[in-house]
Amino acid sequence: MSNFFSDSWRRLRAATWARSLEFIRDKSAVGWNVIFPVLLVLGLGYVFSGPGQPMFKVGVLAPAGAALDAKLHPFLATPQVQFYREEPGEVALHKVQLQRIDMLADFTVSPGRYWVNEQSPKGKLLEQLLRGAGGDALQRQTTSGAEVRYVDWVTPGVLGMNMMFSCLFGIGYVIVRYRKNGYLKRLNATPLRAFEFLLAQLLSRLLLIVAVNVAVFVACRLLLHLRMEGSYWNLLLLTTLATFSMIAMGLVVSARISSEELAGGILNVISTPMMVVCGVFFSIDGAPHILQIVAQLLPLTHLINGARAIMLDGAGLQQIMPNLLALAAMSMLYLVLGAAMFKWRQN
Amino acid sequence: MPSVLEVRDLVKHYPRGVRAVDGLSFEVQEGTCFGLLGPNGAGKSTTIEMMEGLLKPTAGQILFRGAPLGGHYRERVGIQFQNTALQEHLTTRENLRFFSALYPKRRPLEELVALCRLEEFLDRDTSKLSGGQRQRLLLAIALVNEPEVLFLDEPTTGLDPQARRNFWDLVQGVKAQGKTIVLTTHYMEEAYLLCDEIAIVDHGKIIARGSPAALLAAHFNDSVLELPTAEADKLHDPAVCKPKGDVVEIHTPDINGTIARLLAVGASLAQLRIRQRTLEDLFLELTGRDLRT
Repeated sequence: MSNFFSDSWRRLRAATWARSLEFIRDKSAVGWNVIFPVLLVLGLGYVFSGPGQPMFKVGVLAPAGAALDAKLHPFLATPQVQFYREEPGEVALHKVQLQRIDMLADFTVSPGRYWVNEQSPKGKLLEQLLRGAGGDALQRQTTSGAEVRYVDWVTPGVLGMNMMFSCLFGIGYVIVRYRKNGYLKRLNATPLRAFEFLLAQLLSRLLLIVAVNVAVFVACRLLLHLRMEGSYWNLLLLTTLATFSMIAMGLVVSARISSEELAGGILNVISTPMMVVCGVFFSIDGAPHILQIVAQLLPLTHLINGARAIMLDGAGLQQIMPNLLALAAMSMLYLVLGAAMFKWRQN
Repeated sequence: MPSVLEVRDLVKHYPRGVRAVDGLSFEVQEGTCFGLLGPNGAGKSTTIEMMEGLLKPTAGQILFRGAPLGGHYRERVGIQFQNTALQEHLTTRENLRFFSALYPKRRPLEELVALCRLEEFLDRDTSKLSGGQRQRLLLAIALVNEPEVLFLDEPTTGLDPQARRNFWDLVQGVKAQGKTIVLTTHYMEEAYLLCDEIAIVDHGKIIARGSPAALLAAHFNDSVLELPTAEADKLHDPAVCKPKGDVVEIHTPDINGTIARLLAVGASLAQLRIRQRTLEDLFLELTGRDLRT
């Protein structure tokens, strides 16, 4: 039995080492993996650090089944404002504190009430719009907190998105190429097992992506003075687990196919909706319920939400535990599925 | 002599009724080189892949030292495929180390380097190797685990004649160390030079089996004279003159007598070539088809 494990460990180490060497020596790939996300974050920082966005965003706590329209309150018909249904609780109020939304209006109590951030000029403007709309007067509640810059908010999303692409395409294309050019067939003729091969690909990619993104994060933190309220270790743990699960997702895609074109198509079908649904650039707080459920089934959502919670709200392990558990479950599911479906050779 | 591998009634069917291998039976003796010979599509590669344990037979049995191929079979054999890509950006040495690490039993690197003559490109990126160098590396990879049986699937296809001859030298070196080798090829010369025993395969069946010399002796007692068509036609003997491309082949058991007749009719022998019968002739004789078609 000890031989079984030591042999398996030796093969895993060798395959991880060989794949890592192959990647590190591919200078163009490494350069692109480091430079692209920094450029993206710098670009977004430049674009979104300018004048604020014209749209007001208001979270609404409303009775179940009630539509968010003028029948509930005339203010809800104000054209310049995006209203969306918010869930009751601390989280909603925290968004006002961080100025991620400009106001929180509560129509579940009588009389109704609203919260604005005293440090937010947009909040004050919204109050004027509220008064001008007529209808029942709402009780004013205040909260305070420094504004979270868009660049602080968007950076975890952009880095997460870049990691998603690195994970899915990096692993997917490589395995399909190996299968197409017969390298997998050659490995199949050795004692290397499918699980060892896949784990080696995963570990090699994991180490590289995490290392690259730590470097990119440090660069962004220094260049953009990113907000970081929580623990770096928690962020590293979350990032590592999310990277693992996204690479494992790539393994499932590449488990059987031998065509790079088909792999590219499938990976695009997976990654593009993830980019939209998982809240990379814009909050999905106001998105339809079904979309929010779908988002919860995707690893990128848990990475971005968890990272934002750590970086912006200072969330600890306990707060991000649901994200960590979801990522761990997805990792196991994808890895087992990938190994079960794996084919060494093309048909 | 004990047989290392025993193939019994081996059958492989593919979807849509393709019978790639159709009831092959043979044994491979310890320390010999066994060749599966045949044209493209004859079923050689399918047979060798089943013998390598990579492809499941539809029916039949393959025994390794008297027992079915077990879980550790891959640790005990070495394989060189017809076309194999290697990981990019790795040197010859790194590839050898990597494959070596996959096996519990390993042959020292220096021995492999010397045996396969890898010294001059040991630290070169494998993407920069020539076809011949690459095949030498792939042979070394197939030998990293000191295999009991070495499988070579069309190892010299696509190589230039010089590189092919160099590779044959290496295989003869491996043979000299007592290794059992199973080889597939459609090069008759390769089979004649390297194999102790061959099975000629066509349409998934064995049509002849034995040592190359014995097979030729059993089927032919003549030699071949090749002459330009214009010269051979002077003989006015269509029964012995067989056109082949730009030349005519004269099959005769009596070389001296035939040459005397040619001289008598005034044929020029300036471009005369005399050769012995080859396995290629044997294939043509047995199937009525050229091996390379």
